[in-house]
Amino acid sequence: MSFRVVADLDICQGHQMCQAEAPSVFGFDEDADVVEVLTEHPDESLRPQVQAAVTYCPAFALAIEEERA
Amino acid sequence: MTVTHERHPAIADIPEVSVAVPDPDGHGHLAELRTDPVALLERVHAECGEIGRFRLADKDVVMVTGAEVNEQFFKAPDATLDQAAAYPFMTPIFGKGVVFDASPEERQQALKNQALRGDQMRGHASTIEREINRMVAGWGEEGEIDLLDFFAELTIYNTAACLVGPPFREEIDHRFAEAYHGLERGTDALAYVDPYLEGVESFEIRDRSRETLVALVQDIIDRRRERGTVAREERDLLDVLISLDMSADYITGVFISMLFAGHHTSSGTSAWTLIELMRHPDQMAKVVTELDELYADPGDGSTVEISFQALRSIPQLESVIKETLRLHPPLIILMRQVAQEIELAGHVIPPGTIVASSPRVSNRLAEDFPDPESFDPGRYLDGRQEDLQNRWTWIPFGAGKHRCVGNAFAMMQIKAIFSVLLRDFEFELVQPSESYRDDYSKMVIQLQRPCRARYRRRAGA
Repeated sequence: MSFRVVADLDICQGHQMCQAEAPSVFGFDEDADVVEVLTEHPDESLRPQVQAAVTYCPAFALAIEEERA
Repeated sequence: MTVTHERHPAIADIPEVSVAVPDPDGHGHLAELRTDPVALLERVHAECGEIGRFRLADKDVVMVTGAEVNEQFFKAPDATLDQAAAYPFMTPIFGKGVVFDASPEERQQALKNQALRGDQMRGHASTIEREINRMVAGWGEEGEIDLLDFFAELTIYNTAACLVGPPFREEIDHRFAEAYHGLERGTDALAYVDPYLEGVESFEIRDRSRETLVALVQDIIDRRRERGTVAREERDLLDVLISLDMSADYITGVFISMLFAGHHTSSGTSAWTLIELMRHPDQMAKVVTELDELYADPGDGSTVEISFQALRSIPQLESVIKETLRLHPPLIILMRQVAQEIELAGHVIPPGTIVASSPRVSNRLAEDFPDPESFDPGRYLDGRQEDLQNRWTWIPFGAGKHRCVGNAFAMMQIKAIFSVLLRDFEFELVQPSESYRDDYSKMVIQLQRPCRARYRRRAGA
């Protein structure tokens, strides 16, 4: 199993909480004021951090999609 | 008197809910909205399904329910749906010229520089810890509190300190909290007829309360003017607004609007969280154990600060708060006025119609939340995550672009409040469990009195 990180840019409010949870996966597009997914397929070892970013996103703009390896 | 009402054919196609409480003035379902809105909203869904309507004076309100059509509702562009026009009861509270809500773009811009930004949260968490410690400083070994008074006052101080600034917080007291409460009681749905109707008690209380707030703010402004300017680091938002030569009336309006969304919502949710914990001793025990472990002395002389932990994961407490929010959402109906025609559930809704979605109804849909009436914090644990799984129907904070911008602040605030309260005190109900209920007579829902709880200081605290 691997996973893909999905961000809904229409819903992102620019809180930047995800950057604190998983800084190597989430960046910020300063011009558009929305999240930028830096690593669409992060290593499995980053799953807890990415899951925390999804859980604590104040806009519910993030999701994890499971993929077959 | 019966209001004659030209109804657009597209609206006539949408089923209308039955009348349970006849309105003596011919205002449709207004009388029921003002007495038992939960029954009205539940019946719209039960009788009409995913789209139904009711009438408030000369406005049709089209209410949608369910994941698919809620998504259409919450994702509609701002130009299509207008918030301010849907909430006429707010205009006299904010005052003329004070905006209801910024556009998503303005909100986002404001977030970048302002009080709700993620990196400001640490400071807010310390502020809130200090405020809650002050509130319980006068408590003895045991006693009773009124949950409405206690949490309404605490959350006014928290929001004033965090959103306006600590200096302003030091200049207000319980009089500000009480007047603010009077404003909230002025959110009478009679405003759908006319927000300035003469001889309506709730409107008179509202207007007197607003005058009291303006007078309190005027006093603070006068004292600051006498004092003269202070060093930059001691200034707060009030100093900025004074320097812009704004009137006390306008500044009060700005503060009212800044505090409004975050006050009664956090106050009510905190009170209901405590009530649900007292009702469910097994959940209380789990949360107290969790907090005791998190804040235990690690034995190396260091301590875990509440201001640090409140920003981090506290899974049991968080799931209790989420379940409280699901069953007792502070806003039971979210409304927009249609500005440009919009299609919902296959119906084209013409401009001027109010469209709505109900957190109270959506949060209890059996297809999304098994055994919906039961209080089960386990819904959010162990991969069940019924909030994220149902992002268009788990909607205590709304959804989409207008999802409550303060929700992270609110969760942090409530986590900090319970970290302090449950560290030092035990709580128990003093009334029959089912006697704790909400007063739904105003659009801003408040706990109905009596709503008392007993506290006892924990051994060693």
